[in-house]
Amino acid sequence: MSRAGDQDRLEVHIKRKSYRKASGGELQVLGDVALRIGSGEIAALIGPSGCGKTTLLRIIVGLDTDFDGTVHLPAHGRLGVVFQEPRLLPWRTVEDNVRLAAPQAGAAALDALFGTLGLAAHRRHYPGELSLGQARRVALARAFAVEPELLVLDEPFVSLDAELAIRLRGELAELVARRPVTTLMVSHDVDEVIGLADRVFLLSGSPARVLADMPIQNPRSARSAADVAAIRNALSRKAAGS
Amino acid sequence: MNLVLRLASIALMLAVWLAGSHLAGPRLLPSPQAVGLAIVAEARSGALAFNLGVTLARVAAAFSIAMVLGTACGLAMGRRRLVDRIGDPWLVLLLNLPALVIIVLAYIWAGLTETAALAAVVLNKLPLATVTVREGARALDRGLDEMAQVFRMGRWKRFRHVVLPQLTPYLAAASRSGLSLVWKIVLIVELLGRPNGVGFEIGTAFQLFDVTKILAYALAFVAVMLAIEAVVVQPFERYVSRWRPRPA
Repeated sequence: MSRAGDQDRLEVHIKRKSYRKASGGELQVLGDVALRIGSGEIAALIGPSGCGKTTLLRIIVGLDTDFDGTVHLPAHGRLGVVFQEPRLLPWRTVEDNVRLAAPQAGAAALDALFGTLGLAAHRRHYPGELSLGQARRVALARAFAVEPELLVLDEPFVSLDAELAIRLRGELAELVARRPVTTLMVSHDVDEVIGLADRVFLLSGSPARVLADMPIQNPRSARSAADVAAIRNALSRKAAGS
Repeated sequence: MNLVLRLASIALMLAVWLAGSHLAGPRLLPSPQAVGLAIVAEARSGALAFNLGVTLARVAAAFSIAMVLGTACGLAMGRRRLVDRIGDPWLVLLLNLPALVIIVLAYIWAGLTETAALAAVVLNKLPLATVTVREGARALDRGLDEMAQVFRMGRWKRFRHVVLPQLTPYLAAASRSGLSLVWKIVLIVELLGRPNGVGFEIGTAFQLFDVTKILAYALAFVAVMLAIEAVVVQPFERYVSRWRPRPA
């Protein structure tokens, strides 16, 4: 996969997105939103609950085509998506769930993926036999197995206990370190993503606009607690300034 | 315990039958032994196997066609509002048309042919299958649909792995009610316009007032359908629901 010419970037420019309300009239959820994420970059999208983050993701992955604006996906546009809920097929085993989404995935790649995510013992299990944490790992495995050009994660750690969320975040960091991929990750929690992201977009409340586009200079591995605190402060200043 | 109760219930049924036979006389209600002997005699002559086979083939053909068409129609109507609006009046008409009217019209329009017979049975079963599958299609999980879309699953893969498993309970319900409905209608179709099959034999026996033969064919056929239920339908249902967590 060529990283030259930055053709694996994600570029989104939305002018406006609104829903028709059941009572008639329109509800605007997104205002002017422009995002640009370079090839191999991990971007986090942070904003208050209900500000339209999920709507924005749905537009980017092509599930919602009713909007004003343009979306430029990375070269072949192969997507790996981790939804807020795991969205596994309950009637297929863990392994089949992954293979159905990624028929081209080789045995060695799958072994490595299941190994990293601690799923090796669960390959033959059905989703109904897994905990939420394990089901989220399967969703993560599925997204990585397709070897995506764009990885999209919608609150992947929500409703996990703190310790489990930290562990899962570590596993995610390991996976992107092994195979860099342009990534967009949504969260309402700054701390959750700050250790992972190369760039943070701060969204306003509904209708959402981009309040800040903040690149994080020093690399993930070299980020100290003080750096993280500084980023958090800068973001909360921007959020308060709106 | 269950088996004992079941056997006791069957024994009671036979006792009632025997008593009824004594009261009404063997001409109106022959004894179980007489019917059993008639079954053996028909089996020896080969007529039983032939007629059961012919009827079973019609049941299988009509049932399969109706289920496939019904699934397709039900899916289309459940997923697309436009199709639902257009198809609904047709469905209501077919649902409320008496089976006999469909059969008679099919024979008048298409002649006393195998095609007419099968078409009549299919048209009787089709609306029921469609309505059941339509309910299933309306209840399909949109989240899984979106998952299949973003992961670029092809049409067949989506149908096979995402849609079909969700429809299974509805298809099972349609099959259960469908199988018993189809074989009853097949008998009427055979009675009215076919030269063979269980329905034809029963029709002949009716004209000769041969209650023994009527019961012999009816019971033999019920036995075959029960065997199909036990050997095909139930194992299949167990297989497709293997992923459901069972209480330990």
